[in-house]
Amino acid sequence: MGTAVDSSALSFYIHIPYCIKRCGYCDFNTYTPAELKVESSLSDVSQGYIDLLITEIEMAREFSTAIHVPTIFFGGGTPSLMEPSDLGRVISGIATRFELSADCEITMEANPDSLTKERLQGYRDAGINRLSIGMQSAVPHVLKVLDRTHNPENIAKVVTWAREVGFAEISIDLIYGTPGESMADWEASVDAALALGTTHISAYALIVEQGTKLAAQVKRGEIIIPDDDESADKYILADNKFSAAGLNWYEVSNWSKAGSPCRHNVAYWQGANWWGAGPGAHSHIDGRRWWNVKHPTAYRERIENSLAPMQEQELLTSEEKSREEIMLLIRLPGGLKREDLDSPQLTCVEGYVASGDIDRAEWDLGSLTLTQQGRLIADRIVRDLVL
Amino acid sequence: MPAIPLAKAPQPSKTDPAQIRNFCIIAHIDHGKSTLADRMLGITEVVEQRNMRAQYLDRMDIERERGITIKSQAVRLPWRSGLDGQEYILNMIDTPGHVDFTYEVSRSLAACEGAVLLVDCAQGIEAQTLANLYLAMENNLTIIPVLNKIDLPAAQPEKFAEELARLIGCQPEDCLRVSGKTGEGVEVLLDQIVKQIPAPVGDPNAPARALIFDSIYDSYRGVVTYVRVVDGHLSTRDQIQMYSTGVRHEMLEVGVISPEPVPSKGLGVGEVGYLITGVKDVRQSRVGDTVTNYQRPTDKPLAGYKDPRPMVFSGLFPLDGAEYPMLREALDKLQLNDAALVFEPENSAALGFGFRCGFLGLLHMEIVRERLERESGLALISTAPNVVYKVTDDTGKEIIVTNPSEFPDGKIMKVEEPIVRATVLAPSEFIGAIMELCQQRRGNLLGMDYLSEDRVEIRYTLPLAEIVFDFFDQLKSRTRGYASLDYEPIGEAEGDLSKVDILLQGEKVDAFSAIVHRDKAYTYGVMMTTKLRELIPRQQFEIPIQAAIGSRIIARESIRAIRKDVLAKCYGGDISRKRKLLEKQKEGKKRMKMVGRVEVPQEAFIAALTTDDEKSKEAKK
Repeated sequence: MGTAVDSSALSFYIHIPYCIKRCGYCDFNTYTPAELKVESSLSDVSQGYIDLLITEIEMAREFSTAIHVPTIFFGGGTPSLMEPSDLGRVISGIATRFELSADCEITMEANPDSLTKERLQGYRDAGINRLSIGMQSAVPHVLKVLDRTHNPENIAKVVTWAREVGFAEISIDLIYGTPGESMADWEASVDAALALGTTHISAYALIVEQGTKLAAQVKRGEIIIPDDDESADKYILADNKFSAAGLNWYEVSNWSKAGSPCRHNVAYWQGANWWGAGPGAHSHIDGRRWWNVKHPTAYRERIENSLAPMQEQELLTSEEKSREEIMLLIRLPGGLKREDLDSPQLTCVEGYVASGDIDRAEWDLGSLTLTQQGRLIADRIVRDLVL
Repeated sequence: MPAIPLAKAPQPSKTDPAQIRNFCIIAHIDHGKSTLADRMLGITEVVEQRNMRAQYLDRMDIERERGITIKSQAVRLPWRSGLDGQEYILNMIDTPGHVDFTYEVSRSLAACEGAVLLVDCAQGIEAQTLANLYLAMENNLTIIPVLNKIDLPAAQPEKFAEELARLIGCQPEDCLRVSGKTGEGVEVLLDQIVKQIPAPVGDPNAPARALIFDSIYDSYRGVVTYVRVVDGHLSTRDQIQMYSTGVRHEMLEVGVISPEPVPSKGLGVGEVGYLITGVKDVRQSRVGDTVTNYQRPTDKPLAGYKDPRPMVFSGLFPLDGAEYPMLREALDKLQLNDAALVFEPENSAALGFGFRCGFLGLLHMEIVRERLERESGLALISTAPNVVYKVTDDTGKEIIVTNPSEFPDGKIMKVEEPIVRATVLAPSEFIGAIMELCQQRRGNLLGMDYLSEDRVEIRYTLPLAEIVFDFFDQLKSRTRGYASLDYEPIGEAEGDLSKVDILLQGEKVDAFSAIVHRDKAYTYGVMMTTKLRELIPRQQFEIPIQAAIGSRIIARESIRAIRKDVLAKCYGGDISRKRKLLEKQKEGKKRMKMVGRVEVPQEAFIAALTTDDEKSKEAKK
């Protein structure tokens, strides 16, 4: 189904579980110095952390039969809190054990607050060639609800520096549907992101995750979550503007110029093999999924005792695999092909072609591409297809 | 001590009728009948103190919990009168206290010569008690008025003695005063039963005639039939015959209840006891029938046997369609013990396979449903109750409609519906509120009488359908719980009735169809469409919800199409979680019912069929 998986390739996700401050909406596996109860500075903590990551990469070398590494992704947390040399050590830790592909995509998520031109130069020199910048919004009162500390004006500066030091691939992350965000606010953010002229934009509807500060505010009634219809309108606005600017969707929440999709993320959706290193990181190799222990201290103890940091794993049955493939590939234009589906599923697809949720011309040619309207109800279509 | 040890008391089948007194207790729910009965069991020492439990005679859990008696019972109490020192046998026949069981009450009354009219002297007489009192008077029973709960601080014995005296035509001082709780006055009451109530009269040499006044199914013994012997004698050696069916039965056991079953050699004139014949279905041993001797049958049956006629119908469906066979089994089992319950299979497009059930009334319906759920562990949905309609179409053909789905679609000449005569008793300050309610429910005032200075009896004719639909709850809430209601069917009348259908995306949802009066059709339509709009989740297309009479739409709502149902983020760490969520949703989808293309969660059906009142009751729990 979909694209054949190349088992000689292994992507790496490197988790950096640190932030200076936790944002109100974030439920990621990340920790602030206060939460970790360390008295020393973050750089002291991170120093030892890189060694742990390299030990896990060595484990990957022993476990995996892969030869080359097509993509590396530093996510977090806030990877840009780490010294460029630290990330450089991780990259060479991988490069000495595997073969980096000639066009290896190495992405780093970055918080505009922690970046200077010098640091950007350092990351570029360490081998990073793609930046994903968390802009979220161009509107101060929206950023405030999100608990983001950056000054929106910094974004343009950071993007300029990044280009000057040689980053050609830059992505901007946006969030829509934040409480209090008007349609005009959102349009301003979309326009501001487009004005940066980057090759890639991601836009996500805000999800109120349980256990976050935002969820507590919603529960107390301090904040009212906008309804789905409004989010749908915002998605449509963004999609129309992005495509008019030459950024085309290649996944439900991702738009890029031709040739600039994030290959690392595409690997997830296409069911490729990847190794996630660090606390709480998920991995997938040939139908086996596992994830590491969540807390940095537990992770450290495991690695220091030469134990695999895995907390739990699952071996997918063929039914689960096929369900996952539909669930993931439907998010990509043409991700699913006519031959991937059985006859009840084909009937179901015909219904959605008729209702305008699946592109008729593409389907006539044998591949499934959701229309704008269909992308907004992708999960519902998946449920209809697999349940 | 006036109690007599059982072994020394006059023995069944050898008791002189002159020593027998058969009586029942007429009382409203909560007026303390069961407590008084318990007290009588204690004072006559038929139940030892250590075996005593509250509401001893109420056999079913449900009776004890709800404090109401569903099936009547008869207990033999030996008693030495404190007035003449003679030994007597008192047979206390318990009667069901609710309007739904009027027929059973009337059979119980027919087995007695006297009745104790028991009234809570903090509350006064209630409508259902009044109805039963009139029944007793029609049966020429001797009435002993008794005020109960004289120990209560709120007791007003003088006031209610006046009321009782006026009702039955005696002097206020003739009303006895007792406390079932403390036992005060109960011995006096027993002596007065002996003194005032006549002994039974019958011909011991005539062919046997015994009235069946109750019949219950016991899972160990089969059907246990309660009888009152009028003439002749029944003994274990006899073969008996049911007069109405002519069927012969072997007599496996005869006995009396004291208060546990005690086998005896037989039963003589005036005696009350039980028979076991090995039959397995109460319908073969029906209340009101006459038992006679097979070798020497009577040709004169005792008066009054009729089939109980179901008045209220409702569909019962298992929540889980796979439990349909279990529901059938449970209904079959219940019917063994409940000759009034009727049912037949029903197939609803919305709710699947179930049964259309007929009940004597609303309480009967509630009890059946509760027993099914409790005794068989079934989870059920019931559709809104309706009455029986007689529909005449334009060709003059008559159609009996017990289910809205049977209501003919074509042209209709007339629709007739059952009418009841309702009696409401309440403090006079609520007259206005009660009349307003009855007028809204298409009532016609028949008359009004003051029972005492501040209590009034209001009589109305009302369509039964109006009573079936939350009338009682409304009455209670408008009178702060003080009003009581009784009703009896008095016939049928033509009504301006039509069927309102509810359509989802143009598809009729059979479970929501209702036959309503034209004036209320719009209200019903608006209520249902509004409710459903809230209950049905948005889907990827717009769902019109309509209420219609025939092809005329009287109310509409619509559920907007859902426009967004997608998780924005789906990266490496989200995949397992998202797949598991999908698998969980699969379980949810199994409980969806499809109405055309519309997925309706089962919860929506249940909630839509539940009246708001029930919901608020749930909330209070």
